[in-house]
Amino acid sequence: MGKELIRLTNLTMEFDGETVLDGINLYINDHEFLTLLGPSGCGKTTTLRIIGGFLTPTAGEVRFDGQIINDLPPYRRKINTVFQRYALFPHLDVYDNIAFGLRIAKLDEVEIDRRVQEMLDIVSLRGFESRKVTQLSGGQQQRVAIARALVNRPKVLLLDEPLGALDLRLRKDMQNELKRIQQALGITFIYVTHDQEEALSMSDTIVVMDKGRIQQIGRPEDIYNEPKNAFVADFIGESNILDGVMLEDYKVEFFGRKFQCLDKGFSPREPVDVVIRPEDIDFVPPAEAHLTGTVTAITFKGMQYDIIVDFKGFKWLIQTTDHQPIGKRVGIRLNPEDIHVMKKSEYSGLFGDYSSYSAEYDEIGEEDGDEA
Amino acid sequence: MKHSRLLLPYTVWMTVFTLIPLGVVVFYAFTDSLTGAFTLANLSHLETYLPIFLRSIFLSLASSVICLLVGYPVAYTIAQTKPSRQRLLSMLLMLPMCMSFLLRTLAWVAMLEDTGILNRFISALGLKPLPLIRSNGAVILGMVYNYLPYMITPLYTVLMKIDRRLVEAAQDLGCNSRQVFTRVILPLSVPGIVSGVTMVFVPAVSTFYISQKLGSPGTTMIGDVIESQFKTAYNPNLGAALSLVMMVMIFLCIGFMNRFSDQQEEVMTP
Repeated sequence: MGKELIRLTNLTMEFDGETVLDGINLYINDHEFLTLLGPSGCGKTTTLRIIGGFLTPTAGEVRFDGQIINDLPPYRRKINTVFQRYALFPHLDVYDNIAFGLRIAKLDEVEIDRRVQEMLDIVSLRGFESRKVTQLSGGQQQRVAIARALVNRPKVLLLDEPLGALDLRLRKDMQNELKRIQQALGITFIYVTHDQEEALSMSDTIVVMDKGRIQQIGRPEDIYNEPKNAFVADFIGESNILDGVMLEDYKVEFFGRKFQCLDKGFSPREPVDVVIRPEDIDFVPPAEAHLTGTVTAITFKGMQYDIIVDFKGFKWLIQTTDHQPIGKRVGIRLNPEDIHVMKKSEYSGLFGDYSSYSAEYDEIGEEDGDEA
Repeated sequence: MKHSRLLLPYTVWMTVFTLIPLGVVVFYAFTDSLTGAFTLANLSHLETYLPIFLRSIFLSLASSVICLLVGYPVAYTIAQTKPSRQRLLSMLLMLPMCMSFLLRTLAWVAMLEDTGILNRFISALGLKPLPLIRSNGAVILGMVYNYLPYMITPLYTVLMKIDRRLVEAAQDLGCNSRQVFTRVILPLSVPGIVSGVTMVFVPAVSTFYISQKLGSPGTTMIGDVIESQFKTAYNPNLGAALSLVMMVMIFLCIGFMNRFSDQQEEVMTP
């Protein structure tokens, strides 16, 4: 990864007195694949539009290569964008859409042709040059949008939920494709999505946002394994989140039991949130168990079963490949590495309880509305 | 089956009020005014009226172009404003249409007359009155004034529908505001331009009232000639022949203009 390319300092954005971004601080390195991840209305698209130059922040600085670019219009930034639902020019064919930026830059037609052909190869659209963009499938339009942006050889490519309109299968293919293109061309990607799985599988760095604030910045593994608060733990994958008390370093108490853990650095007897990932929990015979509970629901998910187990009235989600019948008494063991302790936050108590479990619980963030 | 039944009222309407009259016009155009026998004589007079045809086309084209030049910026500005403001502005635009066409034209007569409002004002300043009325300019002015809303409305409709994100995409790809307009907005508004020009040109080319009130014998348009054949010269056969030719001409013009607008975009024809 290269040197620092973009830096956002105390970025604040208000629309009609409503704060949409609240003090964003972030730097982005050259060649990095950075994802802004969060639910609708978290401010991720606003952040992207400020970087692209379509919005001027109410306060704060945007620096590009050290220069403040707050007021630089989009057409003078070395940044290109792949828009949500592509925004291809309907009056132009595939070739002319891709060549658009190069023609504006007044390159000679031989060079334009060379670069458009090269792009057509990269996005596998050779032979589609003279198609009207309205006659293309969603996936093909997507590729044209990427080619149209990349052909200008920007320093940074902004992608605003680019795969949102595609079906699951195509989405997976395009994820790989995008990652491949990013690595092959060595361009910085800033990617906006509400899809945590997409973010985890593609990014070098993930920025989790909510309510106009950054909740956590980190590598995908760190975000998943060491979430900073209940919001992040819940948004990135499934989590059982419990109230606990940190007794001393490496020792946490919840459900009236003491557990070994790997966390330290809390005050004595500090109240904390304890995260246990559903896939880290193993069933054991009740005799060897730390906790015992009753299976209240089971859903087949393909790769695993989602099982809801009632522990003293608090319901946990457990993901396992073993079928467990409803009503069965089951026991679980928690190893120190299965337990993750977080400081209390404004999100404590809001997430991680499966008591109102329904089969739709995993569809948060499926809406893909335009957001400010 | 069901659909064809739904079309019945329209079919009856079209037959009674369009197809049959059209047949009558064709019949008259090809018959002699005295004997009622088949003849091409009516059409052979056309040569006499060629200069008037050409003048009609010239005056209506000039009006269409002026309407476009005046109307485009207006439509563009309205399309840019907030939706609530847009409704108000487009309503204001249609407001003059609530007044009688005749009244609106007569108002211009009162303004432009040799002793009209403008000339009285000019005299009051101690200057020589200007020959404002009874000129090509006055006829064009009258047509522009009367038909401008027909230009703005289709332009506004098309401009309003242009996706904001296409503008952003163009900016993103390096366009300054002038290039955004020439490369994206203008090409995408061609269907609106074609409808607007058609909707101004067609009524303008066949008008007779405006040229009678604001024009002079030197600015007679083909509509005037047709009207006089029916009302004063009592030669409906010649009038029918001229109408027929004008109709064919209008269809050719519409066909020609529709070739400019892109395939899939539908063009309104009056």
